This record gives sequence, structure tokens and C-alpha cells, in this order.
Amino acid sequence: MSELVISGLEASVGGKQILRGVDLTIRSGEVHAVMGPNGAGKSTLSHVLMGKPGYEVTGGSVTLDGADLLAMPVWDRAAAGLFLAMQYPTEVPGVQLRDVLRHSIATGDVSIDELEPRLLAEADRIGFEHQFLDRAMNVDLSGGEKKRNETIQLAVLQPKIAILDEIDSGLDVDALRDVSRRVEAATEETGLGVLVITHYNKLLDELHPDHVHVLAGGRIAASGGAELAAELEVSGYAAYSDGSARPAAEIDPDWDPFGDATFADRTL
Amino acid sequence: MGPDFSYGDSVNSVSHGFTPDVAAQLGDADQRRDLTAALADLPLPTTDAEEWRYSPIGELDLAAYTPVTAPPDRTVDAVSGAACSAQITIIDGFVVEVDRASGVDGLHIEVVTGPAPSTADVDRTALDVLHEAFSPATLSIRVDDGATIADPVLINSHHTGSGRAAFGSITVEVGVDAKLAVVENQTSADGPGLNVPRVSVTVGDAGRASYATIQDLGADLWQLARQHSVVGQQGNAELAIAAFGGAYARLRTDTTLAGRGANGDLLAVYYGDADQVLDFRTFQSHAAADTTSDLAFKGTVDDRAGSIYTGLIRIEENGRNSNAHQANRNIKLSDDAWAWSVPNLEIENNEVRCSHASTVSPVDEDQRFFLHARGVPPRIADRLIVAGFFADVVDRFPEVLRDGIVTRVADKLDRRERRVGDDGAAA
Repeated sequence: MSELVISGLEASVGGKQILRGVDLTIRSGEVHAVMGPNGAGKSTLSHVLMGKPGYEVTGGSVTLDGADLLAMPVWDRAAAGLFLAMQYPTEVPGVQLRDVLRHSIATGDVSIDELEPRLLAEADRIGFEHQFLDRAMNVDLSGGEKKRNETIQLAVLQPKIAILDEIDSGLDVDALRDVSRRVEAATEETGLGVLVITHYNKLLDELHPDHVHVLAGGRIAASGGAELAAELEVSGYAAYSDGSARPAAEIDPDWDPFGDATFADRTL
Repeated sequence: MGPDFSYGDSVNSVSHGFTPDVAAQLGDADQRRDLTAALADLPLPTTDAEEWRYSPIGELDLAAYTPVTAPPDRTVDAVSGAACSAQITIIDGFVVEVDRASGVDGLHIEVVTGPAPSTADVDRTALDVLHEAFSPATLSIRVDDGATIADPVLINSHHTGSGRAAFGSITVEVGVDAKLAVVENQTSADGPGLNVPRVSVTVGDAGRASYATIQDLGADLWQLARQHSVVGQQGNAELAIAAFGGAYARLRTDTTLAGRGANGDLLAVYYGDADQVLDFRTFQSHAAADTTSDLAFKGTVDDRAGSIYTGLIRIEENGRNSNAHQANRNIKLSDDAWAWSVPNLEIENNEVRCSHASTVSPVDEDQRFFLHARGVPPRIADRLIVAGFFADVVDRFPEVLRDGIVTRVADKLDRRERRVGDDGAAA
């Protein structure tokens, strides 16, 4: 049984406080959904947990099975069992999926010979054409192929806890289902704990969360079961606005102008 | 009154061994004496000229080098076991061995004595005349009209260092509807030396030629190379260089797409470290309609090393429907490394499609984060990113060279790791 414990996590970007004390515990086999309005700090949370440069942790702690994640560099967090499926998986020209998995310290002592059949099996399982395995990482892949690719990496690396950051963006219905099913299966097969970050319910129809949390104003403003997501669908996030949210005209600092979301989507 | 430095010193204003009498020892004495004498009026290049800007050409000291007047005794082991149509060894500019495979029809290889033919119709500098005067002979490779030479011609060019100045000369003529690939491996001994090689490639109508070079010279060598190509109607020429060695290693390439529908591609992969300067100047002329060109130069500079890329694509008045792409991308691995990248277009005809791109940047932080997040430690992540950066251009090199290029990039990265240690790559 593994446990990711986020306690009083505070973080800022460029001197601006985004996370104001996030408390969340995710255990093996559990699926937690973090929902919230744009600008609430959802992507900041995922980036801070993985250790992306550019974020300053100003308070709180994050431990994985007791180990202090915040003290670790990014690659050690991965080796400790944390995985981040990215909203916009980065293109790495000339670097193949195999190169990455082969050199990941997160695969432990798995040999190349052992890795290859696992890779092919996972590709088959999620409907990822083998020819795409020879392509450079995320280069010339569609949105759906990129997310299938992320899921293959997740499945091969077998982390303890996976953060799925807006994994539904740029995803067609079929891919959404394939990815969700594979992740859900991992919760049963390998006891994967999942933190899924989304602002749409559609993903949660496929990936059934045990716990739903609302992130607003930089903290968890409400927690509940699946019914909370349904409620949000109807009433929106207005109830969770505590005045600390940024003014409507301001753009989410995490907004990727080249991403799939439209500009209108991304203003508060 | 002192010399006028803005025009450079004339070659003969400094005392050195490149004299008419020495040139005459190479044979064809009268011609060589005349050429050497002509040097008196020609200035050495200076950085005032645009095509030498940013370069250390001002440090060239001819007095530090000795012309080679007789072929050296030593031979070089044949480098490659790869299938080839011929294997040729050149040492200090002298062709010392031509080993031809049997049963290859339509391929003619000769060593033509006498001063080198001028490959520099334009911008002929003292260096070009010096080359003509002191080149011992020209390696001539010709392919008959209609002949396809299946395996490449391999040339192993070696410079023995020791302060010698070598002036190799190679001409490649590919006939109408003929096909040839030439692969050159350039190596040298350690220690200083001056290498001034010239290659001229002529491609007949519908012919296909490729000339690819791995430049793996010693760290103290100066190389001032020129390549020149002219492509006929529907012909295709590809000139590729992978440059890793030399203290200052320069290649100027002049390409003329002379016939309608001709294509000329230029590729370069380069990696400079320590105090190296790698310098590339390209001049591409689209002189006929429907001509196409694609230039892809990718480089990495580390330590205090620098790279220079200046390229000019000129679409002439009759270059209607020409299509030209030019891209130079550089990764800077250290703060003290530098890269100048100056692509230029000159367009005299409106019905053309041209694009150019140029980037100089450190290793991409998002790519780093992605690999780190997958558990790849920084040392290996940077290796993967740099090697991956080169991959698309390396894949366009002749197959026989690809492994060698990948290995040399890996060697450079190994050296980097030994120097900077595991903590050197940014976390």
C-alpha cells in the first residue's frame, strides 16, 4: 500500500501565490479527481508535485510512502514512483519512446529484453500502432495518439501514483475510453493510485473516481464522492469563489496558447 | 607608411615558404611560378569581408606553415570495410592510392597533375590562388552518361600535421542521367597544420550526385575548405558535411542550380567544443526556373566554442517557380559558447517560394522536464536531446556515414561528461 500525502502545500509562480494550503491524500488503488475553475491552480498542483522548474514551494510538504518528494529532483520523484501524464506531452525530436524507457531509472532493473515485450503488449492493449513506437516522442502524433503514448509509458513504468493532468484535452471519445480503461485497470492490477485533474465531467464518466475534490482559490474547497462531480456539472464553481480568484480578464498563467483549449475557455 | 589593414596584407608582404621556387618543385613550373607571383597583388582575407565576418581569419599566419612538395612516405590504413566502388587515399593533398573494385563500368578515376583548376570563379582570394599554385594534382572522378555507380567512392583524406600546409583538389563530374555517391573521411595527426581542400561537383542533366564528408581533424588543425557545385537540368546534387574537428574549420559552399528543375540540397551536422570555431558559408544560386533547394544545418557548441553560419540564397531573374528552404538550428550547451546564424535571401523573381529559419538556444527546458519526469537522469536526458536534435539531418546522410556521425556525437558528449561530471547538466 502506497500513500501520497500532500499537506498544507503552498506554491507561487513569479512571486504570485497560486496554491494556498492544499491537503490531499491518495492511496493505492484510489482514484481522486481534482476539479475546479480555470486559474484555480490545478495545473500548478500537478507541476509542483512533479517538480517542474519555475514554481516555488513556499510551504507545506509532500511525501510518498514517507519519503520527502519536495526534496528530490524530478527524476528521483519518478524513480520513487510518481508519474505525471501531461496535458500537452512535450515533443522531443529524434528521441524514441524506447530510448526514454530504456534510460528511465524508474524502470528499476528491468533489462531491455524484458522491456520490449512489455512495450509491445501495452501498445496493443491501448490500440497504439507499432509503427508509432519508432517515431520521435510525440512528434507528428495526434492528440489521441499522444495520450495513448503517455498511457503506455505509465503502464510500462508502473508508478505507485499517477497524476493525469487534463488528460482529456485534445482527446476523442475512443481515446478517452481507451486511456481511462487502461488507467482504471492499473488501479486493480498494480494498485496504482490516481490523481486526475480535469474540469470536464466527461472523463469522470469513464474513469470513475472514488473521491472528487474542488480546488478553488488555491485550496481544496470541498470534497465528496462522485455525486459532487454531478453537482458541479449543474451548478458550476460559483459557490466556491471566495474572492481570491483572479479577476475575470486575467489569463490563466498555465494557459498554453498553442494548446487545444480556446482563448475563451481559458479566461476566468 | 604601414600596410593598409582594411584590405589585408598581401600574401607576399609577409615572409613565408610559399614562394615561386617552392611551387615550381611540384612540376609545371612556369604555371605555378606565375600563380605564386600573382599572389603579390592579392590580399589575404580579413574579417572586413562579409563572408569572413566573425571568423578568426586574422590569426592566419602563413609563416607558421610549410608547403608540402613531395608525397609523404607513410600510408594510412583503409578505414572502411564497407562496400565501395573505389577506395582512394589522399595524404597531405597527394593522392597516394587508388584501389578500384572490379566490374564497375562507367567510372573513371584519374590523377591529373598540374595546378588545381580554379573552383572559385567568384570571390577568388589569395587562398584560392595559393591552393591552385600548391595543389600537387587533382583527383578526377568521372561517371559516364547513363551510368549508375551502385556503391559509393570512399576517399580517406589524411593530414600529417607537423606544420604542413596541404592543398588537396578533387573534381567530380557526373554525366547526363548518371549517378554517383562520394564519401570522404577527413582525419589528421595531432599538432598544427593547414588544410586547404577544394571539391568541385558537376552534375549533368538528370544526373544525381552526392558528396558527403566527415571532418574529424585534430584539435590544432586549421581547415579552409571550399566546395563548388553546378547542377544541370533536372539534376540533383547533395553536399553534406559532418564537422567535428579542427581549431578553426571553415567550409564555403557555392552551388549553382543552372538547369531547369535542378535540385541542390546542403546538409550539415556540427559539434564544436573547447575553443573550436566551425564556420560555414553557403551561396546558393537559383539560376533557372523550377529549381529547388533545401538547406538543413544543425549544430551544437559547448565550452568556449563557436559556430558561424551565414547563407545566401539568390533567386536569379530567370529563377521563376523556384522553391528554397534554409534552416540553421543551434544548441548552445554552455554560456561561453557562441553561434552566429545569418540566413539571407535575395530574390529577383516574384514567383518563388522561399523560407528561412534560424535558432540559437540552450537545451529546451520543456524537453528536459519531460525526460526527467520519466525518470531519465539529467546527464542522459541531455545526451538524448542533443543526439535527437541531430537525428533528422543525420538520417539524410549516406547510410555508410550515419553510424560514424552518431558515434562522433557520442564521443563529444562523453568528453563533455568527463569534463563537467555528473552535476554539469542543469537539473
